[in-house]
Amino acid sequence: MTGYQKKQKPFPWHIVFFLAPALIVYVVVMVMPLLDSLSLSFFTENPANAKENIFVGLSNYKYLFTDYYYAPIFWGALKHNIVFFLIHMFVQNPIGLLLAAILSKGGKLRTFFRTVLFIPTILSFVLVAFVWKLILSPIWGVSKTILGLFSMEGLFQPWLGLESTALITCSLISVWQYIGTPMILFYTALIGIPDELLEAAKVDGANPWLIFWKIKFPLIIPTVGLVSMMTFVGNFNAFDLIYTLQGALAGPNLSTDIMGTLFYRTFFGQQQQMPNQTLGATIATMQFLIILVGVVIYMVWQKRTTVYEY
Amino acid sequence: MEKTISSEKYQGPSFFFQLRKWAGEAVPVLILIFWSVIALFPIYLILVNAFKERKAIFRLPFAIPSGETFSLVGFETVSARSHFGTYFTNSIVVTVMALVLTLLFGTMASFALAQYKFKGSTLISLVFSIGIMIPIRLATVGILRLMVNLRLTNTLWALIIVYIAQSLPMTIFILSSFMRQVPQELIQAARVDGASEYHIYWLILPLIRPALGAIGIFTMIPIWNDLWWPLILAPSIDTATVTLGSQQFLGQYMTDWNAILASMTMSIVPILIFYLIFSKQMIKSITSGALKS
Repeated sequence: MTGYQKKQKPFPWHIVFFLAPALIVYVVVMVMPLLDSLSLSFFTENPANAKENIFVGLSNYKYLFTDYYYAPIFWGALKHNIVFFLIHMFVQNPIGLLLAAILSKGGKLRTFFRTVLFIPTILSFVLVAFVWKLILSPIWGVSKTILGLFSMEGLFQPWLGLESTALITCSLISVWQYIGTPMILFYTALIGIPDELLEAAKVDGANPWLIFWKIKFPLIIPTVGLVSMMTFVGNFNAFDLIYTLQGALAGPNLSTDIMGTLFYRTFFGQQQQMPNQTLGATIATMQFLIILVGVVIYMVWQKRTTVYEY
Repeated sequence: MEKTISSEKYQGPSFFFQLRKWAGEAVPVLILIFWSVIALFPIYLILVNAFKERKAIFRLPFAIPSGETFSLVGFETVSARSHFGTYFTNSIVVTVMALVLTLLFGTMASFALAQYKFKGSTLISLVFSIGIMIPIRLATVGILRLMVNLRLTNTLWALIIVYIAQSLPMTIFILSSFMRQVPQELIQAARVDGASEYHIYWLILPLIRPALGAIGIFTMIPIWNDLWWPLILAPSIDTATVTLGSQQFLGQYMTDWNAILASMTMSIVPILIFYLIFSKQMIKSITSGALKS
């Protein structure tokens, strides 16, 4: 045992080498800017010197929540965002689950449908927005013709242009595009359930409906939670679709305004409105807090939920 | 006579049973067909009408182009008036660079996090995992200020760097679990043979290739489709990506139906082809658990 001695370990430079690139990019481009944004919400621009910011405590928040002109816009955007989220939660996710349940039976035909049904999800918001803008356009009249097939052309209205229907229409367009994500996640969870767990029920002659709700659904509850959390985070962070469909002014008359478009308008300015970096940072911080609440609720819930290992 | 009645009686429940069984088979398939029509019809309308002359777009919107209605005037307008060539190059440069660097940095970091025990490794993993759930867009104000200070606005580098930061948390999260599955005996054997840690990293890479493919595809699509960062960090004509470029073009030419339909077709077709080639692998990689914790 001549060569065997305890050596003093040298400093692990290789670990630094492996971690440094990812950590530097992530910290410099994500962590620090995020902290910078959050802290900027406590400042306001010095009117005398635009490059200098003055600490103003919570007054940006006070302005956002109570200002005569601005508060209604902020609360409106928040309300629209909640509606936007609820429509995704209760239209997109149940349809996604239904499609996943059907697909999970397997077979060549269903593999084909799986590929087809996911197609809208890979398209960009820009395309999706313009496709639907054209289809719903009264000038083209395509939707009117389609409704006419069911002799319902009387129902046609310029849904994107009416205050009462614009937000729901935008949400449903987003549902059309995004249905693939919950579908594929539910599908993955469903085909992961081992057959042994279902066989006993099948032998007992339970019908598929009962098997789904009594056995399969409880087993995929973790995925239901994950999909809900993803829907929540994605929706309170949404911007692209509304911006492309309705513009930064989220028309008509701000009826489709959500947090993302409000942030964009505030931060960059729009028409008569001057750009306001610090108020923009305040709105981003509100989005951050809302999303954080969602994520924390999800994580607490996840800790308490039994996950079945099979 | 009696016989037929009794046999009819006998067939009664069996017929309903058959019907129910048939419905149980057919209804799900009908639902799939119904939703597939909803999913594909809008895309069909765009692709079909892009190749028609203006009158036919309005007169026969549902028909496929015939010899009479066929026209490429929209594509001519797009190639003459927009910078689709530049946009495509920009999108490809940004996506490929971001993808390659994400995979490089991601494999290095996850190798270190999975293979070595050191002070702070838990903290670093935690910091990265926060980034999975908190979207990077919330840091927009800070990122724009940073890019202005670095004089990187209206450069492709600004986009590449942000997309790397955006993709790293998920990449590291998934790759770490793969790196942990690499048999330790293999690594020990390499060490005994005198391989350096850097060499071991290089030896491990081929073992996690399936994961790299899956991550690659799932990183690419959001980057290619993103509107937010090009709009905020690099909106100039020279740095616009396909998504931003088509958004601006469509906004400007909203009344030129031939041109917008053509430009939409040009944006849909590449991603559609890419998807149809890789869809099997994509869905296989999700369902095989490559993207699950």
